[in-house]
Amino acid sequence: MKCRVCGKPASINLRSYKTALCEEDFIAFLEKRVSNTIKKYRLMEEADRPVVAVSGGKDSLSLWYMINRIGYAADGIYVDLGIEGYSGRSLGKIRQMADILRRKVYIFHVQEALQRGIDGIAKAIRRPTCSACGTIKRYIMNRICIDKGYTLLATGHNLDDEASALFGNILYWKKEYLWKKNVLLEGKEDHLVKKIKPFFLCSEREIAAYAIMKGIDYIYEECPFSKDAKTLTYKGILNGIEESSPGTKIMFVKGYLNMVKEKGGEKEDGREGRYCLQCGYPTFSDKCSFCRLLDRFGTGCAVEFDQYD
Amino acid sequence: MRVECEGNTYEFERPMLASKLLEQLSLSRETHLVVVNSKLVTEDHKIEKDDEVKLVRVVSGG
Ligand SMILES: [Zn+2]
Ligand SMILES: [Zn+2]
Repeated sequence: MKCRVCGKPASINLRSYKTALCEEDFIAFLEKRVSNTIKKYRLMEEADRPVVAVSGGKDSLSLWYMINRIGYAADGIYVDLGIEGYSGRSLGKIRQMADILRRKVYIFHVQEALQRGIDGIAKAIRRPTCSACGTIKRYIMNRICIDKGYTLLATGHNLDDEASALFGNILYWKKEYLWKKNVLLEGKEDHLVKKIKPFFLCSEREIAAYAIMKGIDYIYEECPFSKDAKTLTYKGILNGIEESSPGTKIMFVKGYLNMVKEKGGEKEDGREGRYCLQCGYPTFSDKCSFCRLLDRFGTGCAVEFDQYD
Repeated sequence: MRVECEGNTYEFERPMLASKLLEQLSLSRETHLVVVNSKLVTEDHKIEKDDEVKLVRVVSGG
């Protein structure tokens, strides 16, 4: 196969775009798609100060690398969940990327703030590990933006993440979630930061290819707790369809975005309508679930971040 | 050729196309990328006897 742009041997075949590209031209092609997504959906303006939620995986590290490269200076935020043999190695990869980009990364250590790792917390509050993890991550990522003056939180969610979530929401007709997904989720001044997903229209395969070509050293193994069997099943089914009908995933997600635009989307966050009396985070009661965790497990110290730069 | 995939190592004696290798290991081109001597290649690339191959899974748990 030859590169459609320059005729050199191709490195990747993109059947959904009916094209094959060499390394150099693929990088330009994917960066342009992300640039266009940012412009079309008005994800970032010049005055914005974005921060990227990094986990050490291919999506978040590639996003952090790419948006800095295409002209948006962005720092990183990492939540260290205190998972033995995993969190430390993830952090190593993130520090390495911070050095390459010469950007700052904030680190929140769950173990220090709550005196136990994520599995310990989940057990104590009798909730699944991933749900406790989600609560803490969402809170901390938002808190760093409010505390340090970042105007945007960028996450590495990709086309496959969105397509599989959408697929699940349709299968079970989860009306309460169905129309809430978008490339951009508006914030609420002083309470909730605006969230963006610049990789919304990039497949996992494309992002992994980008990471390989750029030599981005990411953590390949899954988090030992993230055994979300359903997501993996949906992704497998969608990739099976993609194999025989290339372009289905992107049509599915783009079609969804058009429908959201037509009917007007619903807000994903902020539906609570009340704010935590202690910290200002949106909540259903007087106190948000993170502040309740702090009351129960905290050391009495304020929420603090490590800074690596 | 030496093929590394998900912590396992396989040895194949004869040259073969990347697509054939994926097929032999029951992997889909949508979910695995073929890296030969540290370079990404397309399905029609012929892998030679002495090549070092890595199959990279692209799907993550989310
Ligand atoms: Zn080219
Ligand atoms: Zn609170």
